[in-house]
Amino acid sequence: MELFQYTAHQLQNLLKDKEVSAVDITKAVLARMDAVEGDVKAYITQTQDSALEQAKAVDAKIQRGEVISPLAGIPGAIKDNICTLGIKTTCASKILADFVPPYNATVMEKLGQDTVFVGKANLDEFAMGGSTENSGFYPSRNPWDLTTVPGGSSGGSAAAVAAGEAIWSLGSDTGGSIRQPAAYTGLVGLKPTYGRVSRYGLVAFASSLDQIGPITRDVTDCAHVMNAIAGYDAKDSTSIKVDVPDYTKALVNNIKGLKIGLPKEYFVAGMDPEVEKAIRNAIDQLVALGAELTEISMPHTEYALSAYYLIAPAEASSNLARYDGVGFGYRAAGNDIVDMYKKTRSQAFGTEVKRRIMLGTYALSSGYYDAYYLRALKVRTLVKQDFDRAFEKVDVLITPTAPTTAFKVGEKSSDPLAMYLQDVCTIPVNLAGVPGISIPCGFANGLPIGMQIIGKPLDEETIIRTAYTFEQNNDYHKRFAPLGEVK
Amino acid sequence: MDYEIVIGLEVHTELKTDSKIFCGCSTKFGSEQNTNVCPVCLGLPGVLPVINEKVVEFAIKAGLALNCSILPFSKFDRKNYYYPDLPKNFQTSQYDLPIAVNGYLDIEVNGETRRIGVTRVHMEEDAGKLVHSGTISNSDYALVDYNRTGVPLIEIVSEPDLRTPEEAKAYLEKLKSILEYIDVSDCKMEEGSLRCDANISLRKQGESKLGTKTELKNLNSFKMVQKGLEYEAERQADVLEDGGRIIQETRSWDDAKGITVSMRSKEQAHDYRYFPEPDLVPIVVDPAKVEEIRINLPELPDARKNRLMADYGLSGYDAGVITASRAVAEYYDQIIAFKAEPKAAANWLMGEVSKFLNSANLGIEQCPVSPEKLAGLISLIEQGTISSKIAKTVFEEMWNSGKDADAIVKEKGLVQITDTGEIEAIVDSVIAANPQSVADFKAGKDRALGFLVGQIMKQTKGRANPEMVNKLLRDRL
Repeated sequence: MELFQYTAHQLQNLLKDKEVSAVDITKAVLARMDAVEGDVKAYITQTQDSALEQAKAVDAKIQRGEVISPLAGIPGAIKDNICTLGIKTTCASKILADFVPPYNATVMEKLGQDTVFVGKANLDEFAMGGSTENSGFYPSRNPWDLTTVPGGSSGGSAAAVAAGEAIWSLGSDTGGSIRQPAAYTGLVGLKPTYGRVSRYGLVAFASSLDQIGPITRDVTDCAHVMNAIAGYDAKDSTSIKVDVPDYTKALVNNIKGLKIGLPKEYFVAGMDPEVEKAIRNAIDQLVALGAELTEISMPHTEYALSAYYLIAPAEASSNLARYDGVGFGYRAAGNDIVDMYKKTRSQAFGTEVKRRIMLGTYALSSGYYDAYYLRALKVRTLVKQDFDRAFEKVDVLITPTAPTTAFKVGEKSSDPLAMYLQDVCTIPVNLAGVPGISIPCGFANGLPIGMQIIGKPLDEETIIRTAYTFEQNNDYHKRFAPLGEVK
Repeated sequence: MDYEIVIGLEVHTELKTDSKIFCGCSTKFGSEQNTNVCPVCLGLPGVLPVINEKVVEFAIKAGLALNCSILPFSKFDRKNYYYPDLPKNFQTSQYDLPIAVNGYLDIEVNGETRRIGVTRVHMEEDAGKLVHSGTISNSDYALVDYNRTGVPLIEIVSEPDLRTPEEAKAYLEKLKSILEYIDVSDCKMEEGSLRCDANISLRKQGESKLGTKTELKNLNSFKMVQKGLEYEAERQADVLEDGGRIIQETRSWDDAKGITVSMRSKEQAHDYRYFPEPDLVPIVVDPAKVEEIRINLPELPDARKNRLMADYGLSGYDAGVITASRAVAEYYDQIIAFKAEPKAAANWLMGEVSKFLNSANLGIEQCPVSPEKLAGLISLIEQGTISSKIAKTVFEEMWNSGKDADAIVKEKGLVQITDTGEIEAIVDSVIAANPQSVADFKAGKDRALGFLVGQIMKQTKGRANPEMVNKLLRDRL
């Protein structure tokens, strides 16, 4: 096995035992980047030089016998909508192609000096999309089959880890953007409870839905990254002021008596039978491991997608108003200020971003607000109540992460509605603000299948325990993406 | 035809917190351009606002001082519009759940007190400033100074209860006075820390339905508010008299020409697409906190005015003038604390002190004559040591030198002559020197007496007690 194929916690042990150095690990990952990045295109910006410097510093600490953090010296990738001090943060948009933030996102500060960052990962422009084909620069590819998409919007973050171009990564999830790419690439992806991780420095798409979270090779790494990034932040008024548990304590291979809910509305028409079969098998396994299964109903699920596609674009239309060519970012020449605004935004935003800005502007407009935005907020409340009621009966909910496995590049790019349907199982979780994790639970035609485990607000521990128990009784997470030919 | 004028005012005032509403940057006015800025107030990608608790406290204070109810649950909303001085292209403001609602303030115009409703007080962030070379129309470029971006504002909206431009001015004066009393704003119109837009419509006397309104902008002083409204009331009346209809629009006051001109019609009005600010949590106000603020409110202008009338017997007018400014009222209280006679103190404050301050363009805080020294001067008059007339000379000297009244009087020998013998001697000599005037007086010309008094005062350099001079002169004649 190559160094770039290990998990973070395995590498950490090798570091502690001085069997390898952080520089060895980093060089292995950088070499892998050089070898496969041309096919995968996981990155927008590579930070190879600073990564090696960071690795050297960690080695020096180890030499001095200092205590190092669990992710120290382990190369990670950061989604390029998370602000990094002095390093370009583009959101995969031409409008921010040269934007260098003068500050770090809170998660970057929390990860700290010991962490080795190898680059800024590709995404759908401003995190709007489910395939990374909406990147303003180039699409990323799925390392399991280079003719398929890695999912999105955190497709670069997922592809990097799956291809061995990073050991772990950070993504952001507004409607499934961590979990769906994790599912498509055979990885573990966690969207924390809304407010669990600071959004300060995450370039906003839809403020009331966005959360940063980890994409990793196994559940243990997920717990380690969560330990590093979770917690209240005075700079984010929506972050929750509660103590953060040690998530590694939830890495317990035991779910005896755990109450699992199976919401029937998530097994929808259009779902790939192979996916459904894998999920049902996984559930049988969980029951065999001691969980109790209840089929439940969440009646407002079918309206969640529509509500999401009003609320998220409405917030986006306002959040993205600042890209106007005045203070920073791309500016087109114009005859006057309005002309400059129009040309700047017309030239530098991609189609999907424009579509959502228009949708959101319309939904908030006088005369339409009540019928669209306000009604969507009411639906959101109903969806949330579905979860509240479900969690009176069960500890976790289990659903597919996405209705299918990774689809072909170009397959859905001309059909936005088909693309949106890929998020049907993940979106309600964002609307309710609850945590959800996707873990690999099988394969169909050589492509990974993801299972979503949804938990109560702030109860990431139970979904981590459930995920860990399943993982420890299977070995889907041990398979490594084969790459393959670009066609 | 007779029309009733209906006016409502929207007043924006900057709160004098040390830091901005959503970040830690300084609010200092007049700093070098773009120095009081950070990623948050520049609206850079990824930043989030955090509410400055002091802003909420000040807004509650203002709400309570304006007799409003404080909403236990209030929230921020985004007001979306594009303008280059607004870095996020939305203003974080409050829409349907402002911090304070349903208040009032009392104004007095022509001796009549009227209660004017305050619809709401809400918090919001200020925008930056555009800087042009030359004028806005001939400048090749516009630069943005973001220092003011994120300075906290409250907007105070009145009910359409004002009936004359004069009342509008009185409302603004009262509002400014209250805000200064509670120390939440400097209310300096010239620095833009207080701004006013006015809505005005006309209706036939007796009609209850409101007429179509216009909104006036660019009213940069209280006087302009009054003048602008006077012009607009006449303009609207002329339109209606000619059988026309008022168009709902925003009009700008052109002070140089003394007219209002159309800026934009209702159709061109912005659709601000307000929606709840998702980056901030709702403001849940602790009732105990509100009570604490209420208890700690200072004495407000009306209460202070009533106290001055009751305790010192001041007229409503005098008490009103003195209490309009908290600083003046405090100066007054201090003179009284140094045992000055209250009515004399009021006269001095509204007379000489105010005259000298105005001509030197100073505020009462910068008055070179302290309340203690002024009290000293007043007691010299009360004791009869100097005459009121001499006192004015003494005051001028106090103003210039900073010395005590006592010292000046002694130094310059200004003590009033009250010795009967001394005055009699001078009276006699003046009578002797002016036989013609004596004859005139005796022939019934009263004015001659004034001349003789004048001569006596001249000889004593004004120091002779005027009452005694009058009495002794009449006795002699």
